[in-house]
Amino acid sequence: MPILTADMSAGTLVEWRKRPGDALARGDTIAVVETDKGLIDIEVFTPGVLEKIIVQPGATVPTGAVLAIVRETTPAAAPSPAPPPRAPVVPPARRAVAPTAAPSDRVRISPLARKRAAELGIDPASVRGTGPGGSIRREDVEQAAAARAAAPAEKPRAPLDRQARARQAIGAAMARSKREIPHYYLATTIDMHRAMTWLAEQNLERPVADRLLYGVLLLKAVALALRDVPELNAVWRESEPVRSEAVHVGVAISLRGGGLVAPALHDTAGKSLGDLMRSFRDLVQRARSGGLRSSELSDPTITVTSLGEQGVESAFGIIFPPQVAIVGFGKIVERPWVVDGQVVARPVVTATLSADHRVSDGHRGGLFLAAVDRLLQEPGRL
Amino acid sequence: MTTMTYRDAIRSAMREAMRKDPRVFLMGEDVGGYGGAFKVSYGLLEEFGPERVRDTPLSENTFLGAGIGAALGGMRPIVEIMTVNFSLLALDQIVNNAATLRHMSGGQLSVPLVVRMTTGGGRQLAAQHSHSLEGWLAHIPGIKIVAPAVAADARGFVLAALRDPDPVFIFEHATLYPVEGEVDEQAAPAEIGRALVRRRGDAVSLITYGGTLGTTLRAADLLARDGVEAEVVDLRTLRPLDTETVLASVAKTHRAVIVDEGWRSGSLAAEVSARIMEGGFYSLDAPVARVCSAEVPMPYAKHMEDAALPQVPAIVDAVREMLVAHG
Repeated sequence: MPILTADMSAGTLVEWRKRPGDALARGDTIAVVETDKGLIDIEVFTPGVLEKIIVQPGATVPTGAVLAIVRETTPAAAPSPAPPPRAPVVPPARRAVAPTAAPSDRVRISPLARKRAAELGIDPASVRGTGPGGSIRREDVEQAAAARAAAPAEKPRAPLDRQARARQAIGAAMARSKREIPHYYLATTIDMHRAMTWLAEQNLERPVADRLLYGVLLLKAVALALRDVPELNAVWRESEPVRSEAVHVGVAISLRGGGLVAPALHDTAGKSLGDLMRSFRDLVQRARSGGLRSSELSDPTITVTSLGEQGVESAFGIIFPPQVAIVGFGKIVERPWVVDGQVVARPVVTATLSADHRVSDGHRGGLFLAAVDRLLQEPGRL
Repeated sequence: MTTMTYRDAIRSAMREAMRKDPRVFLMGEDVGGYGGAFKVSYGLLEEFGPERVRDTPLSENTFLGAGIGAALGGMRPIVEIMTVNFSLLALDQIVNNAATLRHMSGGQLSVPLVVRMTTGGGRQLAAQHSHSLEGWLAHIPGIKIVAPAVAADARGFVLAALRDPDPVFIFEHATLYPVEGEVDEQAAPAEIGRALVRRRGDAVSLITYGGTLGTTLRAADLLARDGVEAEVVDLRTLRPLDTETVLASVAKTHRAVIVDEGWRSGSLAAEVSARIMEGGFYSLDAPVARVCSAEVPMPYAKHMEDAALPQVPAIVDAVREMLVAHG
């Protein structure tokens, strides 16, 4: 069971999309899992054959539990002009979907751990072993039981509906963020005259279906500005930030029933505005209908939130752990603006940055907002 | 309480018994005029005379047989055999007579014989004087085997063996003779068949006896520096084994390492391991491990002898392998 959202401790397997014996390609959806964020498709990272399903639909298991065993297929040898006389026959290795490899169908477990598992009602096949040779020890079983006890679905109180659980999950993540992350906040007002003019010209030339919203300009500007201040494009692991090469901007999307998700627009910096627009529409549509992919939930390296549609002029977000920054945009409004000593009416937007002071300082944050501003003054290069 | 060496504690017990009971006498190679090969009986000839402290020929099967005869005749003989390697010459008397007569006579005969012998390596006495063959003798029904590891037990088991109606073999590890310990000379005889927890702990049970108790306690001290509290069980009696005490410790720690100076194959450690498996399987959280002597005749050279014997680092390593997280 992969960790799909911050503070996720368990998930419910809803259905298997593949059956034992089915061939799997990288990126295939193998199963659907219900989390506090809704239904998520679980992707396969290793090509192979689904050998055995361990967790049945309807079961709620802790994160880290083995869901199924995938037998890796041996990659086909690259054609070579002079093949070696006798290539060694490599038996296909086995790998579990979850991080732990199960060496065989028989679970390696100590007698004591097996007894404890029976007492605690834990399926040994779902436990990750840390003993010699990956064997399961008593401690492993007890940890699995503790994780299960911590899972919301296992709590004895009246079961919460999905919205209430989503609210609880958001609360847990945000409380953790405010508890652990020393936020600092910056804001700047950006003249959007050039960007909006350029956008209007662009959209005249585009078919209606391909027209751009100003939001994608903002997303692209954020993604490119991170090149100047790369420390904001990172995730906090254990006790230090780990920078990400790729920029996957998480886009905060409000859900119709309440709550929100912030799935990743993969490779935001590398996509053209047209591609970004299509990806964005697709993401919003799937976020609201329930069809997000597991990688979209776990990959964002920074988040952008925009509340302009609601008339809000500035939004200071709470960082979504384990990320280290969130950028907020308000509504584009016409305001008196001084250009060359003259007061004129200009469309302006307030951009904000909430950033983790463990990772960056206000000086660097200021440079980032200045870079966003600069990029929006040259929209043709976005 | 008096501080005395292991050697003095044995002598003190023999002297006390000989003073109180005229049936008790000592015989063996050089136990009289020479005071014993390891000086355990030094001074006893002067106090008790040659009738009760008897030098024998170099003929183990003969004088052990004479000891059996004396015991059958109502005496309380103590027979000293220089090392366990030499006791092999007396195996016929041990296995076919001492161990069997009570059973073959339907309980009519009793052999209250005490046999003391030196065991173990560590003194550069080479392969014919240094082996630990306790495990072999502990295989034999009809006799009892004790292996005192401290001075108090050395005294206590000599007295207990003399009271026992059946043959009792006392194994004295050669490296222990000069080791001092606290001895209560008023204490009752030790209880044959009862193991003792020498150190309390909850992380792992280290099960040992005789010459390796000190090594094992030192290993436990080293482990404690890393926060690993090992429980050390001193078996004390190798036949009958105190399985109950061993299993109680394993039930608490869920892990066991057996430290035994004997060779691993078919060893006493193997027997203890099997009993843990039979009686404690469902409390085990790891396979039982053994630290034994290398399976070679004991080398003479110091560095090679050290390498062949169970040492502190091997015990510590066995415990760490068992406790460290592997995945």
